[in-house]
Amino acid sequence: MKTYVLSAASAIAIAATGAAYAAPEAEVLHYWTSGGEAKSVAVLQEEFAANGGTWTDMPVAGGGGDAAGTALRARVLSGNAPTAAQIKGPSIQEWYQEGVLADISDVAEANDWANLLPASIASHMQCEGTWCAVPVNVHRVDWIWANTEILSANGIEMPTTWDEFNAAAEKLQAAGIIPLAHGGQAWQDATVFETVVLGLGGPEFYQSALVDLDPAALTSDTMVAVFDQMRTLRGYVDDNFSGRDWNLATAMVMNGEAAFQIMGDWAKGEFLAAGKKPGVDFTCASTPGDGFLYNVDSFAMFEVDGDDKKAGQALLAELVMGPKFQEVFNMNKGSIPARTDVSLDGFDSCAQTSAADMTSTSENGSLLPSYAHGMALFGAQAGAITDVVTAHFNSDMSSEDAVKMLSDAVANSM
Amino acid sequence: MSKWLQDNMPKIVLAPSFVAVMVFVYGFIGWTAWVSLTRSRLMPRYELDSFIQYERLATSPRFETAMVNLFIFGTLFIVIAMVLGLLLAILLDQKIRTEGALRTIYLYPMALSMIVTGTAWKWILNPGLGLEAMVQGWGFESFEFDWLVDPDMAIYTIVIAAIWQSSGFVMALFLAGLRSVDEEIIKAAQVDGIPHWRVYTAIIIPSMAPIFLSAFIVLAHLAIKSFDLVIALTGGGPGYATDLPATYMYAMAFSRGDIGQAASSAMVMMLVVFAIVVPYLYSELRVKDD
Repeated sequence: MKTYVLSAASAIAIAATGAAYAAPEAEVLHYWTSGGEAKSVAVLQEEFAANGGTWTDMPVAGGGGDAAGTALRARVLSGNAPTAAQIKGPSIQEWYQEGVLADISDVAEANDWANLLPASIASHMQCEGTWCAVPVNVHRVDWIWANTEILSANGIEMPTTWDEFNAAAEKLQAAGIIPLAHGGQAWQDATVFETVVLGLGGPEFYQSALVDLDPAALTSDTMVAVFDQMRTLRGYVDDNFSGRDWNLATAMVMNGEAAFQIMGDWAKGEFLAAGKKPGVDFTCASTPGDGFLYNVDSFAMFEVDGDDKKAGQALLAELVMGPKFQEVFNMNKGSIPARTDVSLDGFDSCAQTSAADMTSTSENGSLLPSYAHGMALFGAQAGAITDVVTAHFNSDMSSEDAVKMLSDAVANSM
Repeated sequence: MSKWLQDNMPKIVLAPSFVAVMVFVYGFIGWTAWVSLTRSRLMPRYELDSFIQYERLATSPRFETAMVNLFIFGTLFIVIAMVLGLLLAILLDQKIRTEGALRTIYLYPMALSMIVTGTAWKWILNPGLGLEAMVQGWGFESFEFDWLVDPDMAIYTIVIAAIWQSSGFVMALFLAGLRSVDEEIIKAAQVDGIPHWRVYTAIIIPSMAPIFLSAFIVLAHLAIKSFDLVIALTGGGPGYATDLPATYMYAMAFSRGDIGQAASSAMVMMLVVFAIVVPYLYSELRVKDD
C-alpha cells in the first residue's frame, strides 16, 4: 500500500515536471482558404505535427480577412484568444495596444531574426522592442504584368516611366487593344494609386504622404500630378471595368484582350495556373519608378494560459521562420520568403527579381509598406484615403478637388 | 394557489422572452449608443468622449452620399413599388381567367433572396454582357444603357432591382385589400351608373387606407435595411456611389476597425427608422384608445 502511494505521488511529480515539456499545442486562426493558400497552410500543419505538435485549424473564409478579423475580435473579447492569428501590418501594433499579444522574443533572438529579415519588415514584427509576430511571406504590390505577344507585335518595351507607359498606352489604344486591364473595386483603385504615388513622387514622397500622412505632402503639386495620372489611366481602362474581380482582369491580359495589368504578385499565380510562362507568355516588371511596396502576411501570438499552448507558440514561430517552410510555402503562394538567406533556385524569374529588389531597396531605404493592402496605416486612415481615390477615379472630379478632399478625409479619420 | 397561478400565468410565460428582448434589443441599442460616444477603434472602449463620432460622421462625404442615396432609393422604391403594385392588383382584379397563374408569376420574385436578385440584375445591366451588348448585337450600335457603371445613375439600378423584387408582394397585399371591400357597396355604385374608374378612386382605394399604411411600413423598413442587394449588385460602387447607411456601417465596423463610427452611423439609421415608425405607432395606439 505504501509503495502504491509512493508511486502514485511520484507519478504526479513526473506529470508536474512533464508540464514544462508539454506537447506543443496551437489553435491557429487564419484566412487562407482558397485552393493554393489552403495547400500552403497544410505544409505548415504537417511540419507542426511532425515536430510533435497538435494543430487545431480555425480557418475563417470571406471578405479578404474581414470575417477572420471579426471572429478574432469576438474570441479576444470573450477572453478566449486563439494561440496565433493571421494579422498583419499596423493591426499588429493595434492589437498590442489592446494588451493581448504575447512576447516571442526568446525564439526570435535565439534564431537571430533581426539579421535575417530586412529592417523595415522586422519593424512590423516588433512591438515596443519585443517581438510579437512572425512574418510568413513577402508579396510585392508594385508589379506591372504584360502580355508579351501584344508588346512585341506593337513594338513596345516594358515602360520604365509613367510617360513611357502613357505613350505605349496611346499606341495600344490606336491599335484597338485595351491598354490597362483593371477591376473597378476600391482596393484595386488604391493599388494602382499607390504605385503611381511611388512612381511619380519617389520613395521619400511616398513615405511622407502615405505612411507619415504629412499634410504638406498630401496637398502638394506632386499629389495633384498623381491624380492627373490617375485620370489619364482611367482613359486606358475599358468601359466595363466597374466591379470586375482582379483575376478576371488578369485573364484579359492572358487572353490578349488587354496589354497591361497593375497588380501584386498574386496575379502571377493566375498566369502560372493557366500554364503561361514568365518571360515567354507574360512579362513581369516593377511599375515605373523606384522602390518596392511590400505586403507581408504574418502570425501574431496571443497571450494564452498553459505551457502546452506556450510551447505551441514557440514551435510555430520557429517553424514559420524556418528556411524549409519559407521556401515551400512561398513557392506555392507566389510570394517570396521574408528571410533573406533562403535559396531561390526553385523560384521563377519574377520571384527572383522580386527578392533581388527587396535586398537592394532595403539597403537604400526604398523598401516601403503598401498602404492599399493594410501595411502602412490603420484601417480608418487607409480607408479614408481609398474613399477619395475611388471617388476620384470613378467620377469626373478634378485633381485639385481630389487633393483637397484627401487632406480633409485624412484629418477627419484621425 | 391555483388562483394565483391562473392570474399570473401569462406574466410567467412572457417573462423569459421579455427579458431576452430587453437585453438583446434594448440593451444592445443602449450599448451601441454608449459606444457611439467613445473613441472606439478596433475594440470597444468605454470612456465617453462627447459627440466626436457624430462630428466625424457629419463631415464625411461618404456618409453624406449614403444618406442622399437612402433618400433617393427610399422615395423612388416606395412610391414606384406601391403605384406599380396597386396597378397590377387592379388589373388582376378584373375577374380575368388565369388570375391564379399570373398572381404567382408576379409574386415569385419575392421568393428569391436579394443576393440572387442582385447578381441576376448585375449581369442583365452589365454593359459588356447584358442588355446593352444584346441590343447593340442586334445592330443598334448607338444604344446605350450603362447606368450600372455610371456613378451618377448607379443608384437607380438598385431601385430597378428592388422594385422588380417587391412590387409583386405589394400587389398581393393590395389584391387582398381590394377583395376585402364590401361587394354590396360596389354593386350599389354600379346600379347608380357610376363609371368603373370612379368606383376605384372614390370607393375602393379610400377604403384601403390601412393597407397603404402597412405596405408603406413594410417597404420603408426594407429600404432602410437594404444591404444585401447593394452588395450583390454594385458592391457599393462605382467608387462609393451606391453606398447606403447599412453598407457604410458594415465597412466601418468590419473592414476598417472603426467601431465608433459604425456605432454612430447605426444610431443615425435607427433615428431614421424611428422617424417613420413612431408616427405609425402613435396613430395605431390612438385608434385603439378610441
